[in-house]
Amino acid sequence: MSIAITTQIICFSILSLVILIGAIGVVLLESIVYSAFLLGGVFMSVAGLYLLLNASFVAAAQVLVYVGAVNVLIIFAIMLVNKKEDLKPISDIKSRRIISTSICLTLLSLLIRVDLTNVWSLSSPQNSIGEESTIRIGEHLFSDYLLPFEVASVLLLMAMIGAIVLARRDVMSKDISTGLPVDQELIEKSSEPLLTNKN
Amino acid sequence: MEYGLDLEYSFNEFLKGFGLSSEIAHIIWLPLPMLLVLIAAVVGVLVTVWLERKISAAAQQRIGPEYAGALGVLQPIADGLKLLVKEDIIPAKADGILFTAGPILVLVPVILSWLIVPFGQNLLISNVGIGIFLWIALSSIQPIGLLMSGYASNNKYSLLGGLRAAAQSISYEIPLALSVLAIVLMTNSLSTVDIVNQQSGAGILSWNIWRQPVGFIVFWICALAECERLPFDLPEAEEELVAGYQTEYAGMKFALFYLGSYINLILSALLVSILYLGGWNFPIPVELIAKFLNLPINAPFIQVFTASIGIVMTVLKAYLLVFIAILLRWTTPRVRIDQLLDLGWKFLLPISLANLLITAGLKLAFPQFFGG
Repeated sequence: MSIAITTQIICFSILSLVILIGAIGVVLLESIVYSAFLLGGVFMSVAGLYLLLNASFVAAAQVLVYVGAVNVLIIFAIMLVNKKEDLKPISDIKSRRIISTSICLTLLSLLIRVDLTNVWSLSSPQNSIGEESTIRIGEHLFSDYLLPFEVASVLLLMAMIGAIVLARRDVMSKDISTGLPVDQELIEKSSEPLLTNKN
Repeated sequence: MEYGLDLEYSFNEFLKGFGLSSEIAHIIWLPLPMLLVLIAAVVGVLVTVWLERKISAAAQQRIGPEYAGALGVLQPIADGLKLLVKEDIIPAKADGILFTAGPILVLVPVILSWLIVPFGQNLLISNVGIGIFLWIALSSIQPIGLLMSGYASNNKYSLLGGLRAAAQSISYEIPLALSVLAIVLMTNSLSTVDIVNQQSGAGILSWNIWRQPVGFIVFWICALAECERLPFDLPEAEEELVAGYQTEYAGMKFALFYLGSYINLILSALLVSILYLGGWNFPIPVELIAKFLNLPINAPFIQVFTASIGIVMTVLKAYLLVFIAILLRWTTPRVRIDQLLDLGWKFLLPISLANLLITAGLKLAFPQFFGG
């Protein structure tokens, strides 16, 4: 076995271990901040897997979008509303856990079954397009995947407008959640230290 | 410009002479350029710290560091040693793991980005195809480190400082990426080597700064904001605020932030010189001079000479920009946080979008000048 293949196998096993342990940690850890940071680690390791598959552009895009944007925003949101509150104990926690575990295990066995029965068409390293993939992705995004690409931007726009509406409640006359008229004075007062407009 | 001199090849041949296989020779070769660039980055930081102290002193009509070595050149080393041997304090109620991981996450992406900085045609660690995009992706990791250290300090000023620093670096990343995109549009490639080669046609006249003046200014402003340099050093603001996310840090962990910000400054200056100032190109093309003097361009002697001119030019341009950054520090007032975000979102973002549109239009209208 050549050194290159050995390195590849070592990298692959480390990355998959990090992904598995990290993902389990994201779900099971009590502290939501730790979960969020671990999620970033998982995203990074997925980018590492893409690198191993010779898809460097996809790997960089994964880092930029998932780590640099999605994960940072998740951490931002957690830190801005980091309220310490005691969660109410749920009454039938045991049966819920049993049900969720069995659903997860069923899904896992289905995926394993898919993995074992399906014949995966693997391209040989000679056929991989490597650096050219950037151009190919661009071509696809602007031809046959144009509609999903544009619709995704509409989705983001909707999310952004929703966030603005939620954050700037003073522009609405009625409270969104309760339907009561908004006490404008209260909002002015609460937002004063943040927005000192002295010009 | 093909090199007749191939250091990697001759090094591998040299090792093979001792009976090593080519793979082992390659593995021994691999860390050498990385180590060299790492050392270059750290020495660059030492030089920048010294320059900063000396130029600051000159701007304020002081003398500056004087006793450590001639003209105080050893002062940065003394600073570094002091930080190295200082006690490493983790506040009692801080989160130890995140507190330690924060500075590392700030530093590592910056150092990794040196992977794509070319000092010559083949003088870089790896000419990866995604080149400049790798830098943009890596620099987007940094806010996580800032948020992490702000949160782990268990101090409300640190947390607020971390949030502000992260908000700043996120909002300036977008115009930065858009102005890089305009360059990429003209080059048809993301690779930094291709970007420099595209500017090598007619010496100083073909540098991107003439074709992308708006992009150059937007990029430089955003780079300063990303490095948290004055006038954008709100996260730290040493004269008026608590030191933001760095408040609780001491010793080597603080030094990591310090190192990270200076390496980032040099990296940004290097990238400006690569993207807009022709990288390793001499103002007059070296090939032209060689032809004028009737010298063969592929002779080993000439190649060593042109390569060293390339390195000197890259570093010179970068340090010129570092000098401007230091001058800016002492000549401009600090912006407020609302002005900072206004500038980023309401001014730089539309301008860089318009710049991208105009570049695309010019590329189609004048393909011979704007890269067909």
